[in-house]
Amino acid sequence: MIQPAQPDLVTVYIDGKEIAVPKGTNVIEAAKMVGTDVPHYCYHEKLSVAGNCRMCLIELGMPMADRATREPIMDPETGKQKINWIPRPQIGCGTTVVPGMHVKTQSKMVKECREGVMEFLLINHPLDCPICDQAGECKLQEQATGYGRGYSRFIEQKNVKPKRTQLGPRVTLDDERCVLCSRCIRFSQEVAKDDVLGFVDRGSYSTLTCYPGKELSNNYSLNTVDICPVGALTSTDFRFKMRVWFLKQTDSIDTESSVGANTVVWSREGEIYRITPRQNDEVNDTWMADSGRVLYKEVQADNRLKPSSELATSVSAAASLLDDGNVAIVGSGRSSVEEQFLTAKLAKKIGAASYVVGRHGEGDGILISADRNPNTRGALVTGLISELPTTELSQLAADIDAGKVTTLLSVGEDLTAAGLSDEQLAKVNLVYVGSHSNATSAAATVIIPTLTVFEKSGTFINQQFRIQKFKSAVPGLKGAADDRVVLASLLEKLGDEAKGSDLASVWAEIAETVPALSGISYANVPKSGLLIDGSAWSGLDFPEGESLHFKPATAEASA
Amino acid sequence: MSFKTVERKPLTLAERTYVPQILNGLSHTFKKMVKPNETLEYPEARPPIPEGYRGVPTLVKDPNGREKCVSCQLCEFVCPPKAIRIKPGEISADADTAHVEKAPQEFDIDMLRCIYCGLCQEVCPEEAIWLQNVFSVSGYTREELVNDKERLYELGGTLPDEHFKWDKKKAAEEAGNGAH
Amino acid sequence: MIDLYLSLPIWVQAAIKGLIAIGFLIPVAGACSLAERKVSAWIQGRPGPNRARAWGLGYIPILGPILQRLGVFHLMADGAKFVFKEDVVPGHVNKFYYYLAPLVALVPSLCTVVVVPFGAYFDAASETLKPLILADVDVGILAVFAIGSLSVYALILAGWASNSKYPFLGGVRASAQLISYELSMTLSVIPVFLWVNAPGPEATLSLFAVVESQSQAGLFGGMWFVFLMPMCAFIFLVSLFAETNRQPFDMPESEADLVGGFHTEYGEFKWSIFFVAEYAHMTIGSAVFVLLFLGGWNPLPWVPLEPLIAGLPVWLGGLLGAAFFLGKTFFFIFLFMWVRWTLPRFRYDQVMRLGWQKLLPLAIANVIFYALAIAVIERS
Repeated sequence: MIQPAQPDLVTVYIDGKEIAVPKGTNVIEAAKMVGTDVPHYCYHEKLSVAGNCRMCLIELGMPMADRATREPIMDPETGKQKINWIPRPQIGCGTTVVPGMHVKTQSKMVKECREGVMEFLLINHPLDCPICDQAGECKLQEQATGYGRGYSRFIEQKNVKPKRTQLGPRVTLDDERCVLCSRCIRFSQEVAKDDVLGFVDRGSYSTLTCYPGKELSNNYSLNTVDICPVGALTSTDFRFKMRVWFLKQTDSIDTESSVGANTVVWSREGEIYRITPRQNDEVNDTWMADSGRVLYKEVQADNRLKPSSELATSVSAAASLLDDGNVAIVGSGRSSVEEQFLTAKLAKKIGAASYVVGRHGEGDGILISADRNPNTRGALVTGLISELPTTELSQLAADIDAGKVTTLLSVGEDLTAAGLSDEQLAKVNLVYVGSHSNATSAAATVIIPTLTVFEKSGTFINQQFRIQKFKSAVPGLKGAADDRVVLASLLEKLGDEAKGSDLASVWAEIAETVPALSGISYANVPKSGLLIDGSAWSGLDFPEGESLHFKPATAEASA
Repeated sequence: MSFKTVERKPLTLAERTYVPQILNGLSHTFKKMVKPNETLEYPEARPPIPEGYRGVPTLVKDPNGREKCVSCQLCEFVCPPKAIRIKPGEISADADTAHVEKAPQEFDIDMLRCIYCGLCQEVCPEEAIWLQNVFSVSGYTREELVNDKERLYELGGTLPDEHFKWDKKKAAEEAGNGAH
Repeated sequence: MIDLYLSLPIWVQAAIKGLIAIGFLIPVAGACSLAERKVSAWIQGRPGPNRARAWGLGYIPILGPILQRLGVFHLMADGAKFVFKEDVVPGHVNKFYYYLAPLVALVPSLCTVVVVPFGAYFDAASETLKPLILADVDVGILAVFAIGSLSVYALILAGWASNSKYPFLGGVRASAQLISYELSMTLSVIPVFLWVNAPGPEATLSLFAVVESQSQAGLFGGMWFVFLMPMCAFIFLVSLFAETNRQPFDMPESEADLVGGFHTEYGEFKWSIFFVAEYAHMTIGSAVFVLLFLGGWNPLPWVPLEPLIAGLPVWLGGLLGAAFFLGKTFFFIFLFMWVRWTLPRFRYDQVMRLGWQKLLPLAIANVIFYALAIAVIERS
């Protein structure tokens, strides 16, 4: 028997294939490593093992040894050690690998077990596929194609359970569809720490329900919808909106805080229908907050700024205002790294002071941090600011009052919210580059409408100093320009050498001029992001507390 | 490969003058002339529509007047020329058919795109879309040729439905688990 | 009425006669075009044109629907359409000849009708049968051939003036074909006139005389020439098809290979003139055939017209004669159409081979045979 080279690896044989897996791995994960899929419902890699769906049954065996002498018993036919197969199937999720373990995932018995489990699961499952939102991404449908009978032997009446239960403000429950996997219950207990779900009744009458008087209203409730293998838990917002097979998936980043949860934006023909988390084991596992899932509504919000003139005209008007000498620029912690870089370059070009508005809230310790700007670190890295941003721009207010600043450029920031009064805004020539209207755009002399994060591509740097990509999911609003293009053409109008506003050319420039980002290009940032060296800013007192996969530098130092 | 030589008989004198052939042809065409017409004078006379004819796709209601479509969008998915457009919607909880939960809000079939392939009918799990015997579609504008939900039901009417899936479901729901 | 007519100056008489000819031939040509569409439809098992309905006429009970079924209003609509269509002249044509060609086509077709008798009436004064004819000239058949063969110039002119490939090919084919078949055609009628004209000082080529000689008493006297000289009739008929460019000899048009042949570049009214000329030609051809071989206005072989109408009023007798004659002519026009929708077109080389290698030797042999036969008969 081959012993693993590293002591923390365990060698197992799955369908005859030998593989060394880390200690503590269960059979489902080990099978995944050799490329074999073991069907399952209740098992979820980020949750505890419950072992109640019985779909992942496999055959297990250990090499045979003489009880008394511990001598291996050899098979004379093959010349190898005999395998002692356990006569009954075992669950794959609950079985942790041990050295020398043999697993059969495709044997006749395993297949028959799966078929039996499928038949039992489908006994009381309603024929709801045509009206079920899960259709298309339903595990029960998937496994039924592999292990279903094609017809039902169950001629009795199916169980009746509540069909349209509101578990909380965002989750609707159809109990008939539930296969009692308990993933949602475990999620609520283990990840959301809001233990409100449970089963009542017994046997086939078991029903998922909320504790009386409570509701599933925590900010992570929609993750239960994501992990529900069937259509029992559905999102009230997405319910009956569109079949999932029509939706295009685009990788994006959650912009609600500096955690930078990875997301998938699901859209069809320029319309976004939902946002779901994307697995990134370094950032958000497979979760995201409910509050981040409704951000797509800003794309078609009523207060979107609509273009009133040609881009070239408004850029020229803005450039002539910015040419006056006493300019201040308010960049944004919500802008992408590329936009912040161009903003910083613009500030340098015209000798303007640059600010970023800070946004702070309370971190929930999971996937929402105290810094509600998704890209504060980007502003630091690109040199837009050197200090942590404040929520009130008091320095700028004073400069305006003193007459030192006569022209102001705001990149999507509402300056009234950042402590500037209407009188102060009235004193300056205001250029507003942003996607939505607000008090600042109302006061602005020149408005250049731009795109939301779902309509453009770029990168954010999250609290871990991890640079992550987001991509344009839907085409931009007609006539509105990409912020990056606007800033680049402003620079060009103000006499800068034209270097192109596409991602590749901007990144060529960033890699050259920003030391922390040297050697990086947009194309080579992997899907799961790239950690950059943030030690230059370790002295700053970032507001973030501990959250999933993140410990603040100070806490880390003390620990 | 084997060859078979076909013997070609030399033409007789009569054949070479063509005259008998021409006369034969003339008699044939004359017979055709006095025969009744083969054609159908279309707008007045209509052709018989055979069983299983694939005409204009329509939406049908069940004998109780319930709209059968539940907007599962499979027809939209399967439609090769992408002629079908559906906006799904929810049936309000106080409606008579609340137990069906889902129904189309908008259902458009663009007859300029439709190729009458019948895949929508074949794929429909609710037997709600049928290609019936309407074969002549005309209009003055492109918009007119997009059949909306109302028009589709008007064209489709009611089709006898033998299984009453949703009615049985509702009955079971009302009876509850104690019934069995 | 007749006195009034006769008292008019000769040129007015001529003008009236001309107008009658035009007024007769052009509607007949139009009716032929409708008949062609209907016949083709019936042969192909369709109802043919039956949709158009004129305001007023179409709403007359019983008659209106019948006219509509017959497609009569299509004829009117087509005629009106031709008149009102935009006159498009391609840029590359020779304008003078381009405009001239349709006229050259129409004029000979209309002229030939002058010497063709289309009936007969019993003249009580002289107690003889007089022809209904515009100009009873002695040269008769020669005038028909002479003027009728001018129409080939129309095709050649049209083909050349159009200054484009298909019309040019059509024109060339027309000239070669018409010349080839003219020979056989002319030769085929020689025996008829040899028979009609007994040796002597008086001789005539008048078509009236031909009919007269088919109205005699006796076995040979009352026999139509189609029975007496079937080979002549056959050669004449085949050549007639070729001369009128009808299927299976419509080489100058050949929709399939020459698009439209000589009239490819023609449209609207000019094209319709070609059309009328073709049908006029066909009508005259049929009339001549009837006169030469089918006893003209005689109702049946051995049943001459004269005794039938001798006691009737002049106008009724004339009408009856014209009716018998036109009936036969229209049957031949129908035959033209019937053949058109039955036979496929010859290939051009087949047309030429048939004309020169088959029909012409046959016609020559035919002339020699009948010349000898007539000589033998007359000598005895």
